[in-house]
Amino acid sequence: MEQLITCINCPIGCRMTVDVEDGKVVSVTGNSCKRGITYAAQESIAPKRMVTAVVYVRGSRMPLSVKTSEPIAKKLIFPCMQAIKALMLEAPICMGDVVLRDVCGSGVDVVATKSIGTVPLTPEQA
Amino acid sequence: MLRCDSGNERYGALEGKRVHTEILVIGGGLIGCAVARELSRLAVDITLIERTEDVAEGASKANSGIVHAGFDAKPGSLKAKYNVEGNRRFAAYCQEVHAPYVPSGAMVLAFDQEQRQHLESLLSQGIQNGVEGLRIIENAEILALEPNTNPAVQCALLAPSSGLASPYELTCALADHAAVNGVRFLFDTQAIRLQKRENGFLVTTNHGEITATILVNCAGLFSAELHNQISTHKLSIMPRKGEYYLLDHEEKPVFSRTMFQTPTKMGKGVLVSPTGHKTMLLGPTAQQVEDALDVATTAEALASIREKAAMTWPHMSLRTNITTFAGIRAHEAGDDFIVGATMDAPGAYEAIGIESPGLTAAPAIANALYTQIAQEHSYACKQAWKPAPDLPKAFSAMNLEERAQAYARDPAYGNIVCRCEQVTEAEIRSAIHRPVGARHVDGIKRRTRAGMGRCQGGFCSPRVMEILAEELQIPMLEITKFGGQSRMLTDSLNPSIKEDKGHV
Amino acid sequence: MCDAVSPQKVDVLIIGAGPAGLAAAIAAKEAGAESLLVLEREDEMGGILRQCIHNGFGLHRFKVELTGPEYAQRDVLRVHELGIDVRCGVTVLDVTSDRLVTAISKQAGLTRYQAGAVILAMGCRERPRGALAIPGTRCAGIFSAGTAQKFINLEGYMPGKKVVILGSGDIGLIMARRMTLQGATVLACVEIMPYSSGLNRNIVQCLHDYDIPLLLSHTVVDIHGRERLTGVTIAQVDHQRQPITGTETYVECDTLLLSVGLIPENELSKKADVPMNQATQGAVVDDSLQTDVPGIFACGNVLHVHDLVDFVSAESFKAGKAAAAYARGERRKGKMIRVLDGEGVRGATPQRIGLPQTDDEPEPIQVLFRPACVYENAVVRVLDGQKEIHRVKRRILAPGEMADLTLSPKLLGALSGQDITIHIDASEGVCAWNS
Repeated sequence: MEQLITCINCPIGCRMTVDVEDGKVVSVTGNSCKRGITYAAQESIAPKRMVTAVVYVRGSRMPLSVKTSEPIAKKLIFPCMQAIKALMLEAPICMGDVVLRDVCGSGVDVVATKSIGTVPLTPEQA
Repeated sequence: MLRCDSGNERYGALEGKRVHTEILVIGGGLIGCAVARELSRLAVDITLIERTEDVAEGASKANSGIVHAGFDAKPGSLKAKYNVEGNRRFAAYCQEVHAPYVPSGAMVLAFDQEQRQHLESLLSQGIQNGVEGLRIIENAEILALEPNTNPAVQCALLAPSSGLASPYELTCALADHAAVNGVRFLFDTQAIRLQKRENGFLVTTNHGEITATILVNCAGLFSAELHNQISTHKLSIMPRKGEYYLLDHEEKPVFSRTMFQTPTKMGKGVLVSPTGHKTMLLGPTAQQVEDALDVATTAEALASIREKAAMTWPHMSLRTNITTFAGIRAHEAGDDFIVGATMDAPGAYEAIGIESPGLTAAPAIANALYTQIAQEHSYACKQAWKPAPDLPKAFSAMNLEERAQAYARDPAYGNIVCRCEQVTEAEIRSAIHRPVGARHVDGIKRRTRAGMGRCQGGFCSPRVMEILAEELQIPMLEITKFGGQSRMLTDSLNPSIKEDKGHV
Repeated sequence: MCDAVSPQKVDVLIIGAGPAGLAAAIAAKEAGAESLLVLEREDEMGGILRQCIHNGFGLHRFKVELTGPEYAQRDVLRVHELGIDVRCGVTVLDVTSDRLVTAISKQAGLTRYQAGAVILAMGCRERPRGALAIPGTRCAGIFSAGTAQKFINLEGYMPGKKVVILGSGDIGLIMARRMTLQGATVLACVEIMPYSSGLNRNIVQCLHDYDIPLLLSHTVVDIHGRERLTGVTIAQVDHQRQPITGTETYVECDTLLLSVGLIPENELSKKADVPMNQATQGAVVDDSLQTDVPGIFACGNVLHVHDLVDFVSAESFKAGKAAAAYARGERRKGKMIRVLDGEGVRGATPQRIGLPQTDDEPEPIQVLFRPACVYENAVVRVLDGQKEIHRVKRRILAPGEMADLTLSPKLLGALSGQDITIHIDASEGVCAWNS
């Protein structure tokens, strides 16, 4: 099966054609450098994305920003957002705290990217 | 429906009711507010109704803001009479209600012999109208006074008595003054039908009915329509759109006077003028439009402003353009103001066709209507007519000592909310608590200049909305740009706040 | 002169606690500035990073991908660790060329400072609709992309449901994804140029991932809606960026986000009579980030709009270090030469560099600039007067990505003393982009 992929490694943005058979890359064309091949392989077989969002925290005027601790499968983006939207959190929350474990069975946690209702972190905690 | 915490019942007070008032003023534009403010000298019950949710929402918020000298109007016309009279009173008038006024002077530029002849006729017309200080000046003097003028200019008519006002701030100030003297303001209240009754009128509005002994029609674009319901002498308003560019203030203003162009066969030309706030206006165009509420700008009109303004200002730069906007003038088919008693409707009065020089004429028009009504109905004056409420100096205009004193009075002066125009939290809060206070984002902008500057509210609008929500005790989702369905936000991320209140 | 408030003395005063101000403060402190004060108008440090909750920050500086708040937090921690005095909720009202700074806050009222050195780090603002003079009504529902970002990420409100985005800069692209993830429908991202000025990564991950069309060579020509926005008219543009009659399409939407460029916020700089550069709309600076007003330095987006916060931090470290030295009384000696924009180059910064003194090995100097258009296989050349002294090949240059060029110690040591010019030689490339 052929897939069209735009390379994201540099401003050229090569339009690559990737031929995938049985979950394996058979050929990549349209790339201008080696980085394109690596990217095309990963993007055509198991595309992953970081998800970032904000969550409402009870009693806080400002919402809390969160992220997946690692990229998750692209197809899990919307289910992950649904799970994040359903969260109802309480302060205090520290940057780095896990607010949702193993989101959508991805094995990846959702963590806070800022602190709410806490004293600033010490460098060791960061 | 919004409700208000101040003494005035501002919204929805009529719902399904019939109320009586002695004098009903229709229209909360500059003329309506000026008339209501004069009438508030009388010891009678006065109500002003306004279609939108604030004063100055029509032509009063979108015109050139020029206090014209009075050479332009045909001798003998009401425009000429009220213009010259209004011009003489204007500085004192603004001072009385604490509205800004800058005496600036104006020039009409002529680039050839034919235009020079036209200037000469303007000069004699002006003298006939009673305008003082007019004279024709030549190229060298023009460039000495206004060095950024096109050096190809031949001569100019210099009008020292021309000035700069802020039409929307003046309207707000007049409304406040009327309100402290007992005028009741009803917003979101549109006169739909006027009927003559024995000893007065019945006015049907979108919310309820009002009976009034005296009616004053200051309904601007809608004034002829209302007039025709009670008079056999038919009038017709032809809406005329005028579009503008508004440029940011610079350290050194490009022009210190209003620079007009001589009208030619090719058209009226555009003005290039500073405003009372040192920003700069280019425009207006004049297009006949069908829809009296069509304030959309158009690519064609904006292009024509650019082309024409470059004649006055050859090094024109629109790099600092803040916004473009349009206003609709209420041009009446007879091409003159109609001011006084409505024909064959005793008890009804009107100010119709108030287009340029309507701003300049406003003090004189209001005075004329007041005098006529007071005399014809022998109303007594109030024992004590209160002066206009004090309007503190803008933080941006204060010196260091004044700023220190302002902060000592109210620490909210220490919080700059609008960085472009240096507007403080204290000023925004007090704009909401003025007698006729701000109820939406644009209302704050007109009263304080927050959001009027180069970032156009990009930075301050979230904070302005929070203050509005706090002071009016309404949810953020109900904050509007200028009332009605002009909501700023659609949903909250807080799952306990219901989505989309009243928004289809 | 009014003396309502008598000025306090500080060595280095920094205006703004965004990424530029924080990095400058850290460097100034580390370089030995004793009394150091940072004034920030918002209630928290971090500047625009506070609302940039997406990831992708810090790869150059920290070798990890961070979100905006996480990147800012690293500097905030260091600032705390160094005991730097940062005052939030303070707006600077005036700066004079003698470095007298007037500020006001709700907590402390008016305060004035006489600073040994001032670092301007006020950042930039978004161009509003007026800058483009887009015709139409002035209804609710038109926001700059950054304002919408603030509403969602810092205030927790959605500004709309059906969205068109004008401008395909990175903020516009990021907001396309952000609005989509939060439940809005983004109908199109409209770009007047034939190429996007955003990163390919963002085009793929913010538009392609969500099937949001990118309409190149298109613009919004009319805005409709009396109260709230009801729709926009989009049209194709020709090579002169003029709308082509007959290509107009009406798109029903309730929100228009504008991502049409950033402008350094130099109102205070102008009050201090700091000379400006037309191309960057920021101050003219030398290689130590000092402006033409002695003792006043500028760094970050107030100097020139950056793409990467990592480069903002790097630039600001230099400014902080130099400001600390200035406050100690150290003055630069020797001749300054100008760095000029040649063909295809816009806003080369710094605009002046000091010729190295004989006794010490000069530090390399990085010159940043924006290519005027897209070039493939271009050659960037440095001319000393008329003579070419350096050339580098670049596979790709685009206006959306700030280009850099390093002048090595050897190169600097050999300069003749004439002004230098940076050129892009486009003989092999084309001033177009057909992506």
